[in-house]
Amino acid sequence: MTQYILRRLLLMIPVAFLVSVIVFTLLRITPGDPVLVFAGEERDPAALEALRHEYGLDQPLPVQYVVWMEHALRGDLGRSLRTRQPVTQAILERLPKTLELGSAALLISISVALVVGTLAALRRNSPLDLIATGFTIAGVSLPNFYLGIILILVFALALRVFPPGGYADFATEPVDNLKRLVLPAITLATASLAINLRQVRSSLLDVLSQEYLRTARAKGLGERAVVLRHALKNGLIPVVTIFGLQIGALLDGAIITETIFFWPGVGRLAVDSIGGRDYPVVQAIVLMSALAFMVSTLAVDVLYAWLDPRISYRRQAG
Amino acid sequence: MRQFARRNPRILVGGAVIALLLLVAIAAPFVAPYDPKLVDVTNALLPPSPAHPLGTDDLGRDVLSRVIWGSRISLSVGLIAVGIGFFVGVSLGLLAGYIGGLFDLLAMRAIDALLAFPALLLAISITAALGPQIQNAMIAIGVVAVPAYTRLTRGQVLSLREREFVLAARTIGATPLRVVVRHIFPNATNALVVQATLGIAAAILAEAALSFLGLGAQPPEPSWGQDINYNARYLSNLKWWMSVGPGTAIFLAVFSFNFLGDALRDALDPRLRRAA
Repeated sequence: MTQYILRRLLLMIPVAFLVSVIVFTLLRITPGDPVLVFAGEERDPAALEALRHEYGLDQPLPVQYVVWMEHALRGDLGRSLRTRQPVTQAILERLPKTLELGSAALLISISVALVVGTLAALRRNSPLDLIATGFTIAGVSLPNFYLGIILILVFALALRVFPPGGYADFATEPVDNLKRLVLPAITLATASLAINLRQVRSSLLDVLSQEYLRTARAKGLGERAVVLRHALKNGLIPVVTIFGLQIGALLDGAIITETIFFWPGVGRLAVDSIGGRDYPVVQAIVLMSALAFMVSTLAVDVLYAWLDPRISYRRQAG
Repeated sequence: MRQFARRNPRILVGGAVIALLLLVAIAAPFVAPYDPKLVDVTNALLPPSPAHPLGTDDLGRDVLSRVIWGSRISLSVGLIAVGIGFFVGVSLGLLAGYIGGLFDLLAMRAIDALLAFPALLLAISITAALGPQIQNAMIAIGVVAVPAYTRLTRGQVLSLREREFVLAARTIGATPLRVVVRHIFPNATNALVVQATLGIAAAILAEAALSFLGLGAQPPEPSWGQDINYNARYLSNLKWWMSVGPGTAIFLAVFSFNFLGDALRDALDPRLRRAA
């Protein structure tokens, strides 16, 4: 097992390197001379040249990359062009809010998918099953910004049940914090719920038709025990992989959801920074999201291998 | 063909709806009741009525006409972006699978790197780097789509490369290009067609998101995502129709392609038929 994790970590290195090259390239092909942004009103060619030298922008690109990487590895991703705040600090300040929203959405998505998906598989072709299968296509087809707008219209503006957006600190106003969490969490959860629901239902249907369940019933086990102890246990293994893939989708969804609901997290920071041409912040968020996504994918694979003894750790990864 | 359609009514329904959407997009100048960019402030912010079935926006522009014209952007971005992803992805997959060796190793690590990014975030940063224009959004969405086609094609090539009919083709002296294009690729098309159909749905959704964030089509061009963003400022006055028109259009278009892709998968991919 340890060996498996180590090998996977080693495989991650070249990919992480390529990821950093992509992020660096995107920063450098961006139109506009960054020196002009730093310099403000300064237009004296000699002064601009000095600035360019100071920031290392007169060096060849590979050298610039190495310098950038050196700083990045030490956790220094530069400063925001707009606020002069260190980028890492700006992101870390907003990270807990994004994590709160993300975990709430993941919780909704997984728990509803498990319950409804199981019931739909057990009562195949029942009205509940038809609604659930319809939702699996509708849920992934609904743009989250449109869903968010509908929820705001109905529940915040027309019915006034929840506030239309914004953030309250959990430490000082816990009730307000949770009230403001409901609509964005549902918005963020919907697409991933549709995917998870489909997976839970289809892998459970797969397992339910297998021989060993007939054996379990034949030896006199109640239906409840058959489903809970035998079917779910095996049926949910493939579901774990799908849950893992949701992390990336949630990061994507958070960008839009936070923007609509004025949720001051990393996603909103990304959108604001794109609008304000604050490229160091954008690049840092992209880099950190990619790394977080890679690590979570690895974690899911490890979990998967641990859950399913049929998977050998020694098998060569494709 | 007719029998195929009868056995798969979902394909027929999905295909018909998509054909209708395409028709509306092509015939936009004839079906749209008004000029989508025509400003008419005396008729601003009107709720839906017989004269304006989806109402008007703050500049008095007809929402229905903007939705109809907006379908041109959404559908063409969907088709072209998937075209880019398909062409680049399939070529890369065929080459990587058939040549193997170092080329395969390097190509697949590059694909892994692309997959390491959350898809929308990558599309956003590529578009932001190239400049906020609809053409750049198209390229970005296409690039993001490449890995799925590469992996699918490569997997098929690897599993077919040593099969008898491929060996037979090679034995009678077919060139590698011919083997790949004439013998291996046709066997991968079913899975690719499914992926491409679902891919168009994803691409339309991505374009809408990019436009919503101001990185796609620029005003005053009618575009579903951008119009939702523009009109969202009137939500607090409960002027819902301006957002509901384009929002429902996105949902309908994406749903149709997902629905068709799903039906195609059940019909074309026998491995998945059981679980459906």
